[in-house]
Amino acid sequence: MHRRSGTGYTGIPAWIYAIAAAGALFVLLPLVAMVARVNWSEFIPLITSESSLTALGLSLRTSAASTASCIVLGVPLALILARSPFPGQRLLRAFVLLPLVLPPVVGGIALLYTFGRQGLLGKSLELAGIQIAFSTTAVVLAQTYVALPFLVVSLEGALRTAGNKYEAVAATLGARPGTVLRRVTIPLVLPGLASGAVLSFARSLGEFGATLTFAGSLQGVTRTLPLEIYLQRETDADAAVALSLLLVAVAVAVVGLSYRRPRLGVAPEGALR
Amino acid sequence: MTFQLDATLAARSFEVSLSLGPAETIAILGPNGAGKSTLLSIISGLLRPDAGKATIGEKVLFDLSADTNIWRAPHTRGTALLAQEALLFPHLSALDNVAFGPRSAGASSAAARETAMHWLSEVDADSLASRRPGQLSGGQAQRVAVARALAADPHLLLLDEPMAALDIHAAPLLRRLLKRVLAGRRAIIITHDILDALMLADRVIVLEGGRITEQGPTREVLEKPRSRFAAGLAGLNLVAGTVSNAGVTTAQGMVVAGHQDESVEPGQDGVAVFPPSAVSVFLTEEHGSPRNSFQVIITDLEPHGDQIRVRAGRLSADITPAASADLGLVPGMSVYFVIKAAAIAIYPA
Repeated sequence: MHRRSGTGYTGIPAWIYAIAAAGALFVLLPLVAMVARVNWSEFIPLITSESSLTALGLSLRTSAASTASCIVLGVPLALILARSPFPGQRLLRAFVLLPLVLPPVVGGIALLYTFGRQGLLGKSLELAGIQIAFSTTAVVLAQTYVALPFLVVSLEGALRTAGNKYEAVAATLGARPGTVLRRVTIPLVLPGLASGAVLSFARSLGEFGATLTFAGSLQGVTRTLPLEIYLQRETDADAAVALSLLLVAVAVAVVGLSYRRPRLGVAPEGALR
Repeated sequence: MTFQLDATLAARSFEVSLSLGPAETIAILGPNGAGKSTLLSIISGLLRPDAGKATIGEKVLFDLSADTNIWRAPHTRGTALLAQEALLFPHLSALDNVAFGPRSAGASSAAARETAMHWLSEVDADSLASRRPGQLSGGQAQRVAVARALAADPHLLLLDEPMAALDIHAAPLLRRLLKRVLAGRRAIIITHDILDALMLADRVIVLEGGRITEQGPTREVLEKPRSRFAAGLAGLNLVAGTVSNAGVTTAQGMVVAGHQDESVEPGQDGVAVFPPSAVSVFLTEEHGSPRNSFQVIITDLEPHGDQIRVRAGRLSADITPAASADLGLVPGMSVYFVIKAAAIAIYPA
């Protein structure tokens, strides 16, 4: 029940509103400044140029692929971190969350020494005829690396809030663990999983440092939208600004649409007590 | 097809062994922290004991001893659990919640729904079939939860205080419903309410500190309680000690004289049991009467029906409000509890 009228008591002191307004302004003002700098007459040609569309397409494709990988790898990780206590659990959580605080360029270097031609796994992969570094696969790997913690953190929180009472009841009703996961656990945490996936997608879309280091900047292969913007900034400021606005629009659309979607009967009030 | 359980769990100083016939319902009574929920968790496979064995007929639920290590997963045990909260899956309709057990057992979607519909009508909830759990009242949700547990066709139904979270209007309805559906079924029900034990159970087990302190047919336990907890439930005073010719002597040296059961022998552990209505309250000691007279300190006064219940430690007396006012009783006051020996029953503990 969201009360939008100002009749309820909030308990927030007035000066908090002033600081909150300053904070909101700090986030909004740079966007406004950027919009003000857009060359509108050239806007459409700039964002529909071949290199721009290629970069946008690549960005959307790789981000979708890395979000899918984040779900595949992140759901089991979150389940293990939230449910079964085991020795070294805290350590595992710390390592899974490491990419959140690591500079992306460091992540890129680490990936290069793992999957690069001379890397830890790269040498064996090379012998098997698989080259990963500086390919589209490398872009997806770099994005997955930096975006995975977002999914794990959201989902682990949702799992902990939901508790395991429903799972216990489901088991005593005769549901095997796979059935419990599919029919009880995942539906219960679907909102958490969805917001985690959206965050991962948004993070993948904006990924720059690890991608540049590990995948390079080859048009149509590894040059995603952020890389294209960085490249254009050197030569054509108008193009960079236009593409930036495009990226902002895509990000806002994705996050906005995902959060506004009504949660269809999933976890109504009282369910996650 | 007897259910047989022996289990020990040192971490919760839990050590219980019990057995249950095919159509028997037992009530587990006991104070908070006595291990009642531990018992259900061990039976349903949610908690692993240190050692023990449980079987339903030929089927071994677990067998943990020095040389065997059998542990069946909860979903293969056939022991459906009904808790205080209904815990209906919030994303499924009432019908699909009830169909969950049959579906998990491998029934087709249509067959599972048919079974679910049958059980929903058994609990008078067929009109709620399409509702989401969020749209159900507490009593309705618990009825659907009963149907869901029964639809799983359990060999043993475990009920953990199913009425505790319901309001006073919903509880009697559910109690009548349970009486109907538990008939001819094997069930263990944990309760705090003596009414549940009387109405639903063939037998009661009193659990205190992880041990069974008393068990027997419900009426017998309530009429002749041997544990302080059961006496409290039955609304009786109970003094435990050693039996002598004079009566029951407590560890503190208090002697309670009363009517001794033929089966009781001197030197045996025994209890003296008497109702609070048999206790009179005096301000001074009554000399030379053939009565029991104990000096006590009043701890509490509370209304009890149309009487005042005077509590003094573990003993209580029921007197009229007028008598209480005449005596000027207040907590902390030192008074004498006087009981006629004829009103006290003494029998083996």
